Amino acid sequence: MSDIIAAEHLAFRYPGMENMPGIAVFEDLNLTVEAGSFVAILGMNGCGKSTLAKHFNAILLPTGGKVWVCGIDTANEARLMVIRRNVGMVFQNPDNQIVANVVEEDVAFGPENLGIASPEIRSRVDKALKQVDMYEYREHAPHLLSGGQKQRIAIAGVIAMEPKCIVLDEPTAMLDPRGRREVMQTITRLNREKGITVILITHHMDEAAQAQRVVVMHQGKIAADGTPKAVFSQVDLLHQIGLAAPDSVELCWKLNQEGFDLPLDKLNPEECAQALYERIKA
Amino acid sequence: MLKDITLGQFFPGSSPIHRLDPRTKLILLVVYIVALFLAKSWVSYGVMLAFLLVVIKISAIPPKSIVRGMKPVVVILVFTGVLNLFFTREGEVLVHFWIITVTSGGLQRAIFMMARILMLITGTFLLTYTTSPISLTDGLESLLNPLKKVHVPVHELSMMMCIALRFIPTLIDETDKIMSAQKARGADFENGSLMERANALIPILVPLFIGAFRRADELATAMECRCYQGGEGRTKMKILRYHRNDLKAFGTGAGVLVLVCILAAFGL
Amino acid sequence: MNPILEVKNLTYIYSAGTPFEHKALDNVSFSVHRGEFIGIIGHTGSGKSTLMQQLNGLLKPTSGSVLLDGRDIWADKQQTRQARFRVGLVFQYPEYQLFEETVYRDIAFGPKNMGLSQEEIQRRVLEAAGFVGITQQQLQVSPFDLSGGQKRRVAIAGVIAMEPEVLILDEPTAGLDPVGRAEILQNIENYRKAKNATVMMVSHSMEDVARLTDRLLVMNGSKLAMDGPPQEIFSHAQELLDMGLSIPQVTQVFLHLQKMGLDVKNVYTIEQAVAECKRIRGGAAHA
Repeated sequence: MSDIIAAEHLAFRYPGMENMPGIAVFEDLNLTVEAGSFVAILGMNGCGKSTLAKHFNAILLPTGGKVWVCGIDTANEARLMVIRRNVGMVFQNPDNQIVANVVEEDVAFGPENLGIASPEIRSRVDKALKQVDMYEYREHAPHLLSGGQKQRIAIAGVIAMEPKCIVLDEPTAMLDPRGRREVMQTITRLNREKGITVILITHHMDEAAQAQRVVVMHQGKIAADGTPKAVFSQVDLLHQIGLAAPDSVELCWKLNQEGFDLPLDKLNPEECAQALYERIKA
Repeated sequence: MLKDITLGQFFPGSSPIHRLDPRTKLILLVVYIVALFLAKSWVSYGVMLAFLLVVIKISAIPPKSIVRGMKPVVVILVFTGVLNLFFTREGEVLVHFWIITVTSGGLQRAIFMMARILMLITGTFLLTYTTSPISLTDGLESLLNPLKKVHVPVHELSMMMCIALRFIPTLIDETDKIMSAQKARGADFENGSLMERANALIPILVPLFIGAFRRADELATAMECRCYQGGEGRTKMKILRYHRNDLKAFGTGAGVLVLVCILAAFGL
Repeated sequence: MNPILEVKNLTYIYSAGTPFEHKALDNVSFSVHRGEFIGIIGHTGSGKSTLMQQLNGLLKPTSGSVLLDGRDIWADKQQTRQARFRVGLVFQYPEYQLFEETVYRDIAFGPKNMGLSQEEIQRRVLEAAGFVGITQQQLQVSPFDLSGGQKRRVAIAGVIAMEPEVLILDEPTAGLDPVGRAEILQNIENYRKAKNATVMMVSHSMEDVARLTDRLLVMNGSKLAMDGPPQEIFSHAQELLDMGLSIPQVTQVFLHLQKMGLDVKNVYTIEQAVAECKRIRGGAAHA
């Protein structure tokens, strides 16, 4: 089973009030995520990306179709804990995920819930904190940490359960640029060095550009799915659905409308400058 | 501003008192309080005071912090002192002026009562100063565990306390922010009649409560994602174990209690 | 034209005399003229938030002064209270401060505290709602029934309703998606144009400040490190990077082009970049 998550004909409708039908979010969504990959799910607010993420560890259950996690049907209540142990989730608000008063106690929360023996918990906590570069803060109080540090603690709390996959739902939305960088570096490293599948929900282009695969969602449907270069070069499509490409791509796109003939897949400033230089000198 | 509250704050440290098992400290506090109420004479108060001072010394908590912790009770202290001083009719009369009578018995009572309150508060503060909130709740949970047999939700209560303690500083920060935002729109919390100032609290309390419910909701989801299922089958990273120092502490506590009882039996 | 706001040698020390003492602002001086759109940038902890709260009298300077229309805002209680209303402050995530039963009443909170008449309050609420795109129907619902983006606009309207001459916003687009960001920035611009108001905006988006502001105040370690128009500030790329800040992507592209030997000017918006590329291509065609 090389697909860690598979959504088949996924349909979901939020429960409605009284006798009114609720809002349908998805009607027939199909998506698979390969184990060990780094996928970014991009889209405007309201496109369904967060709702989709919540299906990956059974916070929400489909109203139609199925979601398979590590080969287990998420509707299978008996195996809920197995699913949640294998797919961890990090949320947007750094504060509202931290349960304990001391960093290492919070990271221990997950393993404690799994009934793991005390010395094993200790070693997992230490390992997890080192992996997110927060080991020196293990006895600190979480509320005194910066947003980026808190999110890294949240990530540590998830990896202490040794999941196969981490889903992050807009983890950097409330962080400053430094915090965003810290979180992105951490998850990129975890994916690269530990082979943990990373699913990043975001609306920041520059973050999505760091993934191996970008899935663009719009009104509950998948509008684009491919490598960052392949997706971001579809500038017209992105504009139609209310997104923008990274500035360097937007620049090339605008220049193309003035008669330049530039490739639209230069995601960072150096590549973009190189392409521009070649065109201008030609 | 609100951050300056010293209420029950924890001072991290590695003194022998810090390293005692939290259950030891909780039990000793109860023993201490009982002994304090049994003390009747200068001698027994002296014993209690000596014990307290020794513990303060070993804990290495700066005296300034302890004094600061007593500030909230100054009013009660003075009130108690005055009450006992002027309304006790025991022993010889020291001062008699108009309707005010001060007796030697009253003076002694006043001093004893004030000392008792001070020592009570200080003892309790020493507990919270040297024991992190998580250790306290772990210790309480462990001590109250037997009650699970009579269906007391010990784990749930302990979890609630732990989360409440974790969010106190966060909620204080949020209150500060909300107050600043409402002040920026002209809200006035300092002036006005009692009615007006009570009304002025609504723009703070409503967002605070709504925010708190939202937090609770998000936190509950996050906890479920980390496989929380209640207390069944849960282990702990830090297992509480008594050490030699704990036994020494128990011994000392028991000794003090016995001593005070004996002194009381002899009318001292 | 006299400046509307002047900050003179402003220093602010938190928790002075305690072990937690911290100099949040160190001898900061600048003036602001009517109608300017000023961006405030700086690393987290550089003093931006503290500075904002000094300008409307929420915090009192340890030393130095803040002058509104030439008058010290701490001269007397009246002046300080006036500063609250004439200098409007919108905090980060302002939607978390909504509390009233209806959107109308929440927006009216500020004007009510100003002691205005019912007619005047109504006029202001309707106008403020207009600036942020809140409809008549939405005025009658509970603010908690609105979406996150709508709530934020209600909160901003609540400050605009005081008709402040200086509007200060702390990261007004934080947490919003690109469409939401564009809407909020447009709302701010609507207000600014209509009232010739001065706007000061704290932001972490170099692209946004490059595009919208006339002038940038760069805070670094409690001090005002730089003060000038964006094109001048962003030409000091290395200094900004050393301070932990970044520069707009297009600026970075053009710095690379310069390093490669092309004779291009510094740019800081996409429009400027396009114009400069066309200029260079025109020149190259002739050469």
